Amino acid sequence: MNPTMTKKLLLTLLAWGIALIVFFPIFWMVLTGFKTEGEAVATPPSLFFEPTLAGYNEVMARADYLKFALNSIVISFGSTLLALIVAIPSAYSMAFLPTKRTQGTLLWMLSTKMLPPVGVLMPVYLLFRDMGLLDSQLGLTIVYMLMNLPIVVWMLYTFFKDIPKDILEAGRMDGAGTLQEVLYLLLPLTLPGIASTGLLSVILSWNEAFWSLNLTTSDAAPLTAFIASFSSPEGLFWAKLSAASTLAIAPILIFGWMTQKQMVRGLTFGAVK
Amino acid sequence: MRLTHALPLAGAATLASFAAHAETITVATVNNNDMIIMQGLTDEFEKAHPDIDLEWVVLEENVLRQRLTTDIATDGGQFDVMTVGTYEVPIWAKQDWLVELDDLPESYNEQDLLKPIRDGLSQDGSLYALPFYGESSMMYYRTDLFEKAGIEMSDQPTWDQVQDWASQINDPANDVYGICLRGKPGWGENMAFVSTLVNTFGGRWFDEDWHPEINSPEWKEAVSFYVDLMNNYGPPGATSNGFNENQALFSSGKCGMWVDATSAAGKLYDPDESQVADKLGFAPAPIAKTPKGANWLWSWTLAIPASSDSKDAAKTFITWATSQEYIELVGEKEGWTSVPPGTRESTYENPKYQEAAPFADFVLNAIQTADPTDSTLKPSPYVGVQTVNIPEFQSVGTQVGQMIGAALSGQQSVDAALDQAQRSVERTMRQAGYYD
Repeated sequence: MNPTMTKKLLLTLLAWGIALIVFFPIFWMVLTGFKTEGEAVATPPSLFFEPTLAGYNEVMARADYLKFALNSIVISFGSTLLALIVAIPSAYSMAFLPTKRTQGTLLWMLSTKMLPPVGVLMPVYLLFRDMGLLDSQLGLTIVYMLMNLPIVVWMLYTFFKDIPKDILEAGRMDGAGTLQEVLYLLLPLTLPGIASTGLLSVILSWNEAFWSLNLTTSDAAPLTAFIASFSSPEGLFWAKLSAASTLAIAPILIFGWMTQKQMVRGLTFGAVK
Repeated sequence: MRLTHALPLAGAATLASFAAHAETITVATVNNNDMIIMQGLTDEFEKAHPDIDLEWVVLEENVLRQRLTTDIATDGGQFDVMTVGTYEVPIWAKQDWLVELDDLPESYNEQDLLKPIRDGLSQDGSLYALPFYGESSMMYYRTDLFEKAGIEMSDQPTWDQVQDWASQINDPANDVYGICLRGKPGWGENMAFVSTLVNTFGGRWFDEDWHPEINSPEWKEAVSFYVDLMNNYGPPGATSNGFNENQALFSSGKCGMWVDATSAAGKLYDPDESQVADKLGFAPAPIAKTPKGANWLWSWTLAIPASSDSKDAAKTFITWATSQEYIELVGEKEGWTSVPPGTRESTYENPKYQEAAPFADFVLNAIQTADPTDSTLKPSPYVGVQTVNIPEFQSVGTQVGQMIGAALSGQQSVDAALDQAQRSVERTMRQAGYYD
């Protein structure tokens, strides 16, 4: 075997190894969902066992999965759409019409992500109470939009920056206004980037648990609240919790698989020149 | 004159609007088995009270506490009924966070509630929460292993005896360990047990001036005893075992003895869930120097937050869910071992319960001997057996729990762990303003 082949083989093995390590917890969770409560906590853990749907049956009997899932879908896609609507114009202006303060503004936006959310829980809770937004899909959509906005603006900004100004200028020469410029030139050119930004925002919103647990009770509770309801201070719960978690991540996992191409393309977009 | 006419009219109008739209009350609860049964009986309640709809919010215990405190402190009004523990009730009642329950209907029979439990939920003679189920701690043991080793269980075991028995039963080669005890750090996990152990070894959390006594000789003796016992005769990896894990270990036949909550008895005695149901023995919690505070007291209760918009409907619900009639409903529908234990004398007088639950007398006795107002040998300034009913205890208990966990796993010596715990608790208490 020549050295390049060996290197390739080693790299492949390494990639497989890392992939397996990353995937193992998910695999174990899915497996545990099919165990009985007793088997789920058995030491040493059993890899071979008689699978049962008892966990799933109980989870479905005890909570209305579809209601939680629908809330998750509405809130994560709604907030992503809102975030894109706000972020595209702002990233456009920062990328193509920068001022002295653009860099500072970008950094400041990112710095808001460094604030621990619990630090603003009380003021947000009070605002929501007074505006009647507690336990509403709209309220959570707004919070998620704001939460993801810095990342969305940043990603779009880097994608937009890679588009040569000349292309937009050529469009302007042909008589395109700012809106047409964005709609017919910029967006089609950066579509993979926008798609991956949107997907990332959907995933982040889907997985968010702090705000969803604190700002919802029943009507607007998404799947994170559904998962949280299956842990218990007294009594075994790992099999049920695993079954509930599997149900909760299934839609986003399938969605991720389907859009894997766009994700990878978007995330590496502009990285290799 | 006009006003007196108008008032009843307005009242009638409100009533009419109530009847037209059923009032929805939101019940926040944890996911314990007895609560799941209660959730399953929603239809029964709604049938009997067509003007009230129930909506359930089930959350993990710590998330639930955080949610409730946020909502109460901001007057958010998201919940009408909530599940809280004995520890919170007096603290929250003092803050005026809970609705006083002083006009309960005659049929509720308040005097039927077990006295220690009732006292724990009262402030100046009024109840602020109604007990849903209550527990103390006791010892479970394997009658078959005891017989084989020729050991006779005594009416009131001592910790020295327990150590001796554990050494005789311990058989790690066959996956049987002498004793299982809680090791998972947390104020409601290992510290619930360790506090009772310290009590019976003559120690206390604080002296009369609120100075901690964590590195006192009594604490050192108790914790050293616990660490030695577990290292010699306990299961491996005990620091990750809380109530749930130990229940799984004991019911799969891996422990000779287990000292923990009385509320586990129903599960351990159920052959569907436990492999040791037919060889299960009960005994009071072991004692060392004093019987005081050797067994804990805890109840899960239903209370109404002051921020609720539907206080009357909420009261109707909590009186139903903690009534004698509810207990009978569960007995008929789910079987008598599944009824919520530890709240009413009438449950223990019920022949059907006595027949189904041979552990009933042990549980009743354990609860009745637990006295939160007098749980330490030397006098103490606090109320609580396994807890100290001050707001700081959650953090204090968990800090100390982590250090004792470190001693149990061998990362630290017992002395070093307790010295460190002492300093940390002293700091917390000073910051909280108990002394300068």
